[in-house]
Amino acid sequence: MGQLIDRRLNGKNKSAVNRQRFIRRYKQQIKKAVDESIAERSITDFDSGEKINIPAKDISEPIFSHDQGGSHETVHPGNSDFITGDKIKRPSNSGGTGQDGNASNTGEGQDEFSFNMSREEFLEFFFEDLALPDLVKTQLATIIEYKTLRAGFTSDGIPTNINVVRSLKGALGRRLAMSGPLKKRLKELEAELNSLQNSPAPENSSTALEELHHDIAEVKRRIAAIPFIDTFDLRYNNHIKQPIPSTRAAMFCLMDVSGSMDQARKDIAKRFFILLYLFLTRSYENIDVVFIRHHTVAKEVEEEEFFHSRETGGTVVSSALELMHEIINQRYPANEWNIYAAQASDGDNWHDDSPICKELLHDKLMPLLQYFAYVEILSDRHQRLWDEYETIKSDYKNFAMQDIKNVGEIYPVFRKLFKKQPT
Amino acid sequence: MTRKRYISTGSEWTFDLIQSYDDEIGIIAGEYGLDTYPNQIEVITAEQMMDAYSSVGMPLGYHHWSFGKQFMSTEQRYRRGRMGLAYEIVINSNPCISYLMEENTMTMQALVIAHAAYGHNSFFKNNYLFKTWTNADAIIDYLVFARNFIHECETRYGEEAVELILDSCHALMNYGVDRYNRPSKLSAQEERGRQIEREEYLQSQINTLWRTLPTKDAKHNEKEQLFPSEPQENILYFIEKNAPLLEPWQREIVRIVRKIAQYFYPQRQTQVMNEGWATFWHYTILNTMYDRGLVNDGFILEFLQSHTSVISQPAFDSPYYSGINPYALGFSMMADIRRICENPTDEDRHWFPDIAGSNWNETLDFAMRHFKDESFIQQYLSPKLIRDMKLFSVLDDDKRLKLEITAIHNEMGYKAIRNTLSKQYNLSYREPNIQIYKVNRHGDRSLTLRHYRYDRKPLNKSMHEVLKHISRLWGFTVKLETIDEKDNLESTIECAVD
Repeated sequence: MGQLIDRRLNGKNKSAVNRQRFIRRYKQQIKKAVDESIAERSITDFDSGEKINIPAKDISEPIFSHDQGGSHETVHPGNSDFITGDKIKRPSNSGGTGQDGNASNTGEGQDEFSFNMSREEFLEFFFEDLALPDLVKTQLATIIEYKTLRAGFTSDGIPTNINVVRSLKGALGRRLAMSGPLKKRLKELEAELNSLQNSPAPENSSTALEELHHDIAEVKRRIAAIPFIDTFDLRYNNHIKQPIPSTRAAMFCLMDVSGSMDQARKDIAKRFFILLYLFLTRSYENIDVVFIRHHTVAKEVEEEEFFHSRETGGTVVSSALELMHEIINQRYPANEWNIYAAQASDGDNWHDDSPICKELLHDKLMPLLQYFAYVEILSDRHQRLWDEYETIKSDYKNFAMQDIKNVGEIYPVFRKLFKKQPT
Repeated sequence: MTRKRYISTGSEWTFDLIQSYDDEIGIIAGEYGLDTYPNQIEVITAEQMMDAYSSVGMPLGYHHWSFGKQFMSTEQRYRRGRMGLAYEIVINSNPCISYLMEENTMTMQALVIAHAAYGHNSFFKNNYLFKTWTNADAIIDYLVFARNFIHECETRYGEEAVELILDSCHALMNYGVDRYNRPSKLSAQEERGRQIEREEYLQSQINTLWRTLPTKDAKHNEKEQLFPSEPQENILYFIEKNAPLLEPWQREIVRIVRKIAQYFYPQRQTQVMNEGWATFWHYTILNTMYDRGLVNDGFILEFLQSHTSVISQPAFDSPYYSGINPYALGFSMMADIRRICENPTDEDRHWFPDIAGSNWNETLDFAMRHFKDESFIQQYLSPKLIRDMKLFSVLDDDKRLKLEITAIHNEMGYKAIRNTLSKQYNLSYREPNIQIYKVNRHGDRSLTLRHYRYDRKPLNKSMHEVLKHISRLWGFTVKLETIDEKDNLESTIECAVD
């Protein structure tokens, strides 16, 4: 009767365009949600998608309709003990009775509109206020390096990839299969010929012999005509590409947790660390992240503690650098690991400690490191630490420092490091 | 009863099986006299079903963020298992397109075929509203035209500009229909052909309307003459024809949204009937198949289980209650009409002298053709069904401290409940009555709308947003006057152009 069509194969992802438009339109709201989620996420967990919640009222589509109020008379099912004329208390929450069917359908208490964002979409929002140049964005968002691996055989490819053994095996099989019935027939004919030649000759034997010889010749010709190798037999080596990490890296996050580092500063610091981490994930598959926090003494901690606990007291930066040096010596020999370090601070340091820091960095640490980035977040004025560090900057190209007033200024710290190397 | 072989016994479906079921269902539907468009049954994946969902049942929609929003929330709920996808979407087109989802069992596929491809299909083809308002032959072509036109506009004028217009039009979609005039049918070919012609003509009309130099005669009686001469309920139509600043392509987009709103208008008015009709027929047809030995016990049990959950109606005090389930009400009413025809009681004879004892098949067919929800309920809701569903009506008046039960399922209450329920499905009662009242042609060109209140119901807060949309389309200040039931001007809201 009707027509039955299988549509499963066509028209996937019809709504992709509409989805993009939605995201573009509600950028502001989504951005806010992304910011909130950055605060909650772990640095190393940054490479996946995210569930985003935005307030439903922000994205509602307005139409004219009735509000509550006035007089509504509505019909409901399931009366058990009301009788006409009963007066009942108005339900506090107008969910149950006395509501327009229309209104209760749409307003079903959904305050949040939530959806899943893919990793790409999420990173796009994350990159946005870091003011990354486009090139860097694509470098970060995509995995570029591949290793070619063998992966079995295919039946088509380029001549250089022909696998001779496989192809000949195939050809042999094909020849056997194709010539099998013919050879059988040949055997039969030859047996017949034999018996004919051995038997005493009847009157028509000469014609029969002649016919048999002719048949045998024909079968032999057909066997000979089977090609030794056919395009059908050809097998090619198959190669696939697999992303490869170059080597491994260790990333040190150093942060001042003395009383003056408040939550706003820590948030900026976190983004700074996240960005370094993201950069590194593009180049290294295995990244160890080491968190060192310090006030007057330094301590290696878990990420959670690193960002969320707060202590008071003075600040001795050198303690962190010393601890870092120790850890490098114990666990990350510089010839096996690429070591990166990022330090965030509000610039406070015990005055006499700053020269010690400089010395430590300059003489002991910098030779071991690929890169050291220092950011001073929302500092009122530069103190001695900054001045000391400036001298390091002139000696080492892989030392970067930056004064950060807002998140947009984080990126320049990395600019030099991730500039494309002219090779 | 002749015993044929079961069409299938397992739950797996194949294309051949679907075909055989469709054949059998078609034969039975034919015996019951269901008149349908030819069917086009399409098997799709869950993701495609979500796509279909989010484009509000248009098989090919133009692009707009609101469809994306719809899609994302559907997807989210589906992924988290909060919601099973509806197992049927059916398009009012000729041939009538119904979607089957690949995850469904054979039983469910058969149910959907009976429900959508025969139930809804025959409703689309024969109900007077659909016959008047929609043209099933042309809708697919028209949607293609609309999609292409809007896409073209996006390339020419930019996505944002098009989006602005669409946003505004969507806000007014419910005010894009003539409730009383009979519309002219839409035909895609003519649309395409006449579109350019219309552009030029319209623009010239506008120019006449907005001529800056009034002729001497006009000046005489301009004070008495209102424009429009009568209030206009079709706001989008009025804007399309008269908005002074719209470009021709913008007018065309207004028209597209208006036409699509018109296409969906009957569906909004026949929810109970349409679903009731389709549910009644899948129930009747599949049971007939069982009686004829075409399907086995397992099939019919699976079917009944799903059928029962579709027509379940939680009571008002249940936590699952969210208003009256149109499937439940519609199905019960259809089944009740059949009962009245076949086994009428004295009460039925008194209430329904015309149909009690008549041929049920013909009576149902008549009801399906000539009614919409509002009138259908008014005509056919029987006392027995009111008792069965234990319906009661509640008056919620914000001037009184308490709610009042105005009627229950007793002799005194039947008519009252029937009236109230019927009114509840009356679109012009459900939606605020807002009409275009006048245009200040010689002054600030402002547009005045009037909201005629009834039962003192206020407008919701988003009206300010909607007014902004109207003023964006109109291009000048828009005013909304609220008129109370005694015809007094209650309040005026103004919304200037940004």
